[in-house]
Amino acid sequence: MLGLAKRKTAVSTGLSVPVLLLLLAGAIFLVIGSLSSSIFAQQTVAGLAQGAIFGSLALALVLIYRATEVINFAQGELAMATTYIAYQLTLWGVSYWLAFFLTLVIAFALGVVIQVVVIRPVQHSVIAVVIITVGLFILIDGLVTWKWGADLKFMPAPFGNAVYHAGSVAFSRQDLGTLIVTIFSVILLWLLFQFTKLGLAMRAAALRPAAASLVGVRVNRMLALGWGLAAVLGAVSGLMTEPTQFLQPTMMQAILLYAFAAAVLGGLESPAGAVIGGLFIGVFLNLIGQYIGFATPELRLPMAFAVLLLVLLVKPNGLFGRRQVRRV
Amino acid sequence: MKLVPIGVVVAVLVALPFLISGYHQGLATYVAIYFIAILGLNILTGYTGQISIGHGAFMAIGGYTTVLLSADQHWNLLATLPASLGISFVCGLIVGVPALRLSGVYLALATFALAVSVPQFPLKFSKFLGGSNGIHAAQTKSHLWLYVVGWSCSALAFAAAWLLLRGRIGRAFRAVRDSELAAVSSGVSLPIYKTLAFGVSAAFAGVAGSLLVLVTNGYAQPGEFGVLLSLEILIGAAVAGLGSLWGVIVGAVFIGLLPSVAPDVPLIGSAHGQDVVFGLIVVLIMLLLPNGFAGFLRRFEPRVKTTIKSDPKTS
Repeated sequence: MLGLAKRKTAVSTGLSVPVLLLLLAGAIFLVIGSLSSSIFAQQTVAGLAQGAIFGSLALALVLIYRATEVINFAQGELAMATTYIAYQLTLWGVSYWLAFFLTLVIAFALGVVIQVVVIRPVQHSVIAVVIITVGLFILIDGLVTWKWGADLKFMPAPFGNAVYHAGSVAFSRQDLGTLIVTIFSVILLWLLFQFTKLGLAMRAAALRPAAASLVGVRVNRMLALGWGLAAVLGAVSGLMTEPTQFLQPTMMQAILLYAFAAAVLGGLESPAGAVIGGLFIGVFLNLIGQYIGFATPELRLPMAFAVLLLVLLVKPNGLFGRRQVRRV
Repeated sequence: MKLVPIGVVVAVLVALPFLISGYHQGLATYVAIYFIAILGLNILTGYTGQISIGHGAFMAIGGYTTVLLSADQHWNLLATLPASLGISFVCGLIVGVPALRLSGVYLALATFALAVSVPQFPLKFSKFLGGSNGIHAAQTKSHLWLYVVGWSCSALAFAAAWLLLRGRIGRAFRAVRDSELAAVSSGVSLPIYKTLAFGVSAAFAGVAGSLLVLVTNGYAQPGEFGVLLSLEILIGAAVAGLGSLWGVIVGAVFIGLLPSVAPDVPLIGSAHGQDVVFGLIVVLIMLLLPNGFAGFLRRFEPRVKTTIKSDPKTS
């Protein structure tokens, strides 16, 4: 009985007390700062909205990493391409929200097809998968630019342009909507993984592929499903990015990089960690850009990566990662 | 040692500038540059098993070294090459130290971070490094000069790589790649050889970066050294086949010449169709020839040799 309990903790995510305290302290800091300064509050909300986008793309990366221990470098470009599909649908006269949900379905199919056709044949080799996703990065970029051109495109604003005022603080409806949609999709995904039989099978396939296949889980099918769900999350992040960046082939490249930083911060294996990491990176970049003069926009990427490197060197398992013990 | 193929390659390279125009000499120089960079990456990834998606960063360091020494200190352009070799080597060692703690996907991400971050610094410190317009070397050189210097450097790099990899250091590199634990047990020091591999690899990339700046009319700009350059070099190494020196030339030709294929070829000719073809070929090569061109060649090697070598009586 005791042994069983021990094994359970070895598999569960490594949520430790110091990390929880740290998060709590951070949250309290943000609340106090927001109460005392309206600029701080505004930057925090905008940072959270951006961070939610980073977080959902980071979650897409984590889904794939958990299942196959590879990073999908094409995740951002895939998100960009699916956003263009939504754009094409609205051009054909489909209403925004119908186009939104149709795009999610298309993204799912696209993710599954990519896994089955080009990833599955080489999935035993990390270097091969990385290079294939790099190839997909270039391929998707080329296809989109070829079809739609490199100039800016505009879609109807999903949430309108209204701005709310709470005291002296202005919140844009756009930021709030982004936050709600991304958090909602993350929660839906969590429910799927935690409370459905399919979710259980997917987790089993990711954690112990051999054992899962022995009890009748179709591991390969689950991996393909994982890629599909990752593509759906990517599509959400792409569609939520569009209102602030507008539509262009390079729009997700920087966001993919922030998502890398967020995923590593969260431990690369932990879905909750990816989302919290994304929120952290978003708020951190916004606040530091506001209050530290040296941190000009050119340094946004290097700073996000300084966080990434620091995490890798100081706490390689991230805030929520499991410690990996390998037997030799 | 395969003397015949070496002789053929050298003969073709010597004869080539007499047969082609200045424009094509420029293209051939690009191939030489990619050759050096891919060779460097191959030492790191193919022979030591450490992946890097950040070699564009080392090329940027080499390129900016050359231009700064030429523009501010009025050095001879040839003299800047050893300098950029040395500086990139040191930078590679510095990056190699934290890289010791990372492997696989984590190392890929960290080096990717390097590739993304380094081109941002000229924008931040624009007074010194020229911002997005870049800085300009004191002289520009003719196509022929570039061709001769580029391929001479390639020949030196190839010879250096061959000498390095055939001896004690090369054996240590391969031991680290195949099993770190076994390597340590046999007395190979992981910290020394892993950082050394990073340094050597970065030094090759640095020289390639210097040459790249010279071939683009002496301009060093952040845009030249973007993420795409790092990705291209990785792809070149994959096309070449990791862990083999002979495939490198094929990888370099692939990366160097595909973007300049005649514009009247359907699809490839247009700027964006090119990316489509590029991406497709990369995916197809990884699916059909997972060991790159070198793996393709290896299929035709006589099998008899290997069976004799692995005969228990002789080994």
